[in-house]
Amino acid sequence: MSWGWIEQAIMSFISAAAFGLIFNAPRQMLPQCGIVGMVGWLLYMSCTEMGLEAIPSTLIAVIVVAIISQLFAKLYKTPIIVFSVAGIIPLVPGGIAYDAMRKVVENEYDIAVQLGVKAFMISGTIAIGLVLSEVVNQTIRRLERL
Amino acid sequence: MTSTVMEQPLNSYHLIAQTCLLAGKIILQNGGETYRVEDTMVRIAASYGIADAQSYVTPTGILFAMDASVPTTRLIRISERSINLRKVSLVNDISRRISGGQLDVSEAHRLLTEIDELPFAYPVWLQVLVAALASGCFLIMFGGQWHDFMAAVLAGGLGFGSVVVLHRLVPAKLFAEFAASLLLGGLTILLVKSGLALDLDTVIIASVMPLVPGLHITNAVRDLMAGHLVSGLSKGVEAFLTAFAIGAGIAAALSFY
Repeated sequence: MSWGWIEQAIMSFISAAAFGLIFNAPRQMLPQCGIVGMVGWLLYMSCTEMGLEAIPSTLIAVIVVAIISQLFAKLYKTPIIVFSVAGIIPLVPGGIAYDAMRKVVENEYDIAVQLGVKAFMISGTIAIGLVLSEVVNQTIRRLERL
Repeated sequence: MTSTVMEQPLNSYHLIAQTCLLAGKIILQNGGETYRVEDTMVRIAASYGIADAQSYVTPTGILFAMDASVPTTRLIRISERSINLRKVSLVNDISRRISGGQLDVSEAHRLLTEIDELPFAYPVWLQVLVAALASGCFLIMFGGQWHDFMAAVLAGGLGFGSVVVLHRLVPAKLFAEFAASLLLGGLTILLVKSGLALDLDTVIIASVMPLVPGLHITNAVRDLMAGHLVSGLSKGVEAFLTAFAIGAGIAAALSFY
């Protein structure tokens, strides 16, 4: 593991925990927020590093984030949003949305639309990832009850 | 009403309804999901022996009805909303204890009132400081150079701080977000022009991150999934408007560059 990965791990841990604090999450849960964010970001990074597109990388990272959040929610008896929000924040396509905005300002509307659609698709992927793991979780719970 | 025999159940029904509504109001006002609000209210009512409570929750109001021997219907308008997940999780604990039969109505109502009056979990200056730090971290995560770290910290702190301050002065959150991202963009452009920052794009992207409506996006998705179509759509629109305001503010700043 090179220094770059350790740097990324530390930075994503701090930023996710910081987001927990901005959203007034309980103090004891901030390290867990950091862990969720860190795992999501490192997964996303390794997926893109292996040559996957942004959308499948986001999907994989979000699904894992949602699963860990569910585990933490059960373990600490805390609402799941406390963890999942901190986890998805780094994956939000801020950079692409920004590029799209910038192209609008520069009157390059064709590129702006392309980038805008891409940002929209990634946002949709985050949503789908959250839904998918939730549905799987509910199905497992129903199967257990049968 | 005149006999004491009738008054007792009437009072306790009243208190049960109050308790359910208070729990629902706290969760809704502090960034909880709509399904959690409905679930908590119906659960509390059921724990106190009212099996067929109905609730209808939208981001701006709660309608709650108990069809017991004394039918009660209540409506609460929610106009102030902020994000305080500590309160959501505290109400969640109370609701668990009520379901476990560990709390009677008056005790639960007292505890919920206490939670409602709690201040934010962390002071505002700490939140601004942490938002600034997070911006710096995002800069590194998004491939920026350490040289620009301080620029992102400054811009991120200014952006988040001015949203907090402006939102107190101007009731329209949309305008506060627009103005904050305009200021943020302006500061970054100044920093780049004066040579203190190198990469304009990465600094702006990193310092805008604390303003991103992440909680609204997650909540909108979870609400839509749970079948709360009205709430899900309106929260999605709220998230979209925030994103739009930020984008417009940045675009306005960039047009001067």
